Amino acid sequence: MLASEREQLKAEINKMAKKFDYHRSGLIPVLQYVQNISRHISPESMQDIAEAFKIHPVEVQGVVSFYSFLSIERKGKFVVRLCRTISCDMAGKEAVANQLENELGIEFGETTDDGMFTLEFTNCLGMCDMGPAMLVNDDIHTRVTPEKVADIIDSYRNRFGAHVTHGEHA
Amino acid sequence: MSKTEKKLVIFSDLDVEKALKNALQKSRPDIIGEVRDSGLKGRGGAGFPTAVKWNLAAAAQGERKFVICNADEGEPGTFKDRVLLTDYADQLIAGMVLAAYAIGSKDGIIYLRAEYTYLRKDLEATIEKMRGKKMLGKRILGKDGFEFDVHIHMGSGAYICGEETALIESLEGHRGEPRNRPPFPVTVGYLGCPTSVNNVETFITALHIVEKGAKWFKTFGTEKSTGSKLFSVSGDCEKPGVYELPMGITIKKLLETVGGEDAKAVQVGGASGTCVPRKDFDRAIAYEDVSTGGSIIVFGQQRDMLQVAINFMEFFCEESCGQCTPCRLGTETLLEGLDLLDEGKCSLKHLRELCSLGETMQLSSKCGLGQSAPNAFLSIVENFKSEIFDTRCSCR
Ligand SMILES: Cc1cc2nc3c(=O)[nH]c(=O)nc-3n(C[C@H](O)[C@H](O)[C@H](O)COP(=O)(O)O)c2cc1C
Ligand code: SF4
Ligand code: FES
Repeated sequence: MLASEREQLKAEINKMAKKFDYHRSGLIPVLQYVQNISRHISPESMQDIAEAFKIHPVEVQGVVSFYSFLSIERKGKFVVRLCRTISCDMAGKEAVANQLENELGIEFGETTDDGMFTLEFTNCLGMCDMGPAMLVNDDIHTRVTPEKVADIIDSYRNRFGAHVTHGEHA
Repeated sequence: MSKTEKKLVIFSDLDVEKALKNALQKSRPDIIGEVRDSGLKGRGGAGFPTAVKWNLAAAAQGERKFVICNADEGEPGTFKDRVLLTDYADQLIAGMVLAAYAIGSKDGIIYLRAEYTYLRKDLEATIEKMRGKKMLGKRILGKDGFEFDVHIHMGSGAYICGEETALIESLEGHRGEPRNRPPFPVTVGYLGCPTSVNNVETFITALHIVEKGAKWFKTFGTEKSTGSKLFSVSGDCEKPGVYELPMGITIKKLLETVGGEDAKAVQVGGASGTCVPRKDFDRAIAYEDVSTGGSIIVFGQQRDMLQVAINFMEFFCEESCGQCTPCRLGTETLLEGLDLLDEGKCSLKHLRELCSLGETMQLSSKCGLGQSAPNAFLSIVENFKSEIFDTRCSCR
């Protein structure tokens, strides 16, 4: 991260933390915000966040490591999360998983070299009657088939440079 | 969306504004009394009487009090709250207003799971609309001295945060690790203040009850499990989806409704629930028999029940918060045991030890996750032991 980028992000962090009166209840919203714009929470950001809330950076790290939507490692621009839980499993998630690996050329848990896609398994997405289900960032895809995988991935790849549809966290 | 043939309670017609207006004309004890008479129990899974919870929160001393909607819906096979959040958000918010009025709260929070971020925009629009109609904010529907508002707090991807004390920890900016109880959230909850955490469906059901009466509600269901309930049905059936059905319905009847008569087993209550084999399909879905937060997963004849047990146990290994030993190590040990079974390498003696470990976890885990993690394992091993052993052999 460039020094100026860090300064900019730090200013944003402080602005948000202030909205919460620097109270700890604002910690996770701030982490969500940083995750959304930097695609991870870097050690530098953890320090800046810890400073804003006047807690130890280890505390921040403890929180980041607990939640699956927060990460220390940098994620791809698009995070693909395929449901691995029972109903989607019975609906054919294995074949979809296989095709996702083929299309992206990576395995689950990895990020493509160009930083575009991260592939992960997740648990039940609340779409069990329409499985296999998968999230790409905040978008839900249901009844995914191996044939549909390429089109779905392409539709994101083609958004290169476009505004990424992460949710705005207030 | 909902494939219900008949509209019972939740899907019955309701004029939200009128219902709220009528409710605000009643006294607080009258509202809690109506909910008590209805016998409504929490729809999030634990089945705690809603009126008792509200009464405790109302009686608790605190400068501030909180009403929290648990929209963390993460139990495998559950998606009815997603449908409610999508199509009945106004009823949910009105139900929260009702609870706030009953317990004397000004602050509401909807804890929405990260996986449902795509619902957030519409939810916020509904909240804004209700502010415009004076159903949120100061002097709600002209009621002097009553103000209440809600905001949305996003989860960050952790099933355990659906447990109410973990949810509160998470709201306070901590790891979602369940707390020791007592004290219960109704006395010491969010920010140390009295807090009522309720499920999405519970708020909506309570609103209908206060408008239409406990007596009407009790025309559905059984004596101990009053009213109707939403069921999220998935798996091997012709018509998966969300159904509103009376409590006490037998599994057989439910399967007929959803086109799953051929099933060899049904998982009632999600990964934390029990696996009911065909011979027990006459059992009723109710708090006094097979209990559920609404998840119904149908397994056809072709399903390998050991794979089902493995899928569930992997879920618990991933989602255990790791805070207490029986759950952290127990889930791992049970999964290793299932893998041994899968390889055809598990002795009956070892299996018996695993079952007794499961029983220990039920008794000694700190929260509901660890206490219920062995349920699927135990019921599948008990009911499908011969299937498991007959289809596995390490010498193949
Ligand atoms: C591991 C675990 C996960 C839970 N997940 C949820 C959930 O996603 N939604 C929910 O409403 N209740 C969930 N609960 C139950 C809550 O702890 C709590 O009992 C419930 O929100 C109370 O609301 P109710 O009385 O209206 O059901 C969970 C409990 C446990 C132990
Ligand atoms: S039972 Fe499991 S989830 Fe619950 S506190 Fe213990 S380790 Fe955490
Ligand atoms: S099991 Fe995949 S969405 Fe529920």
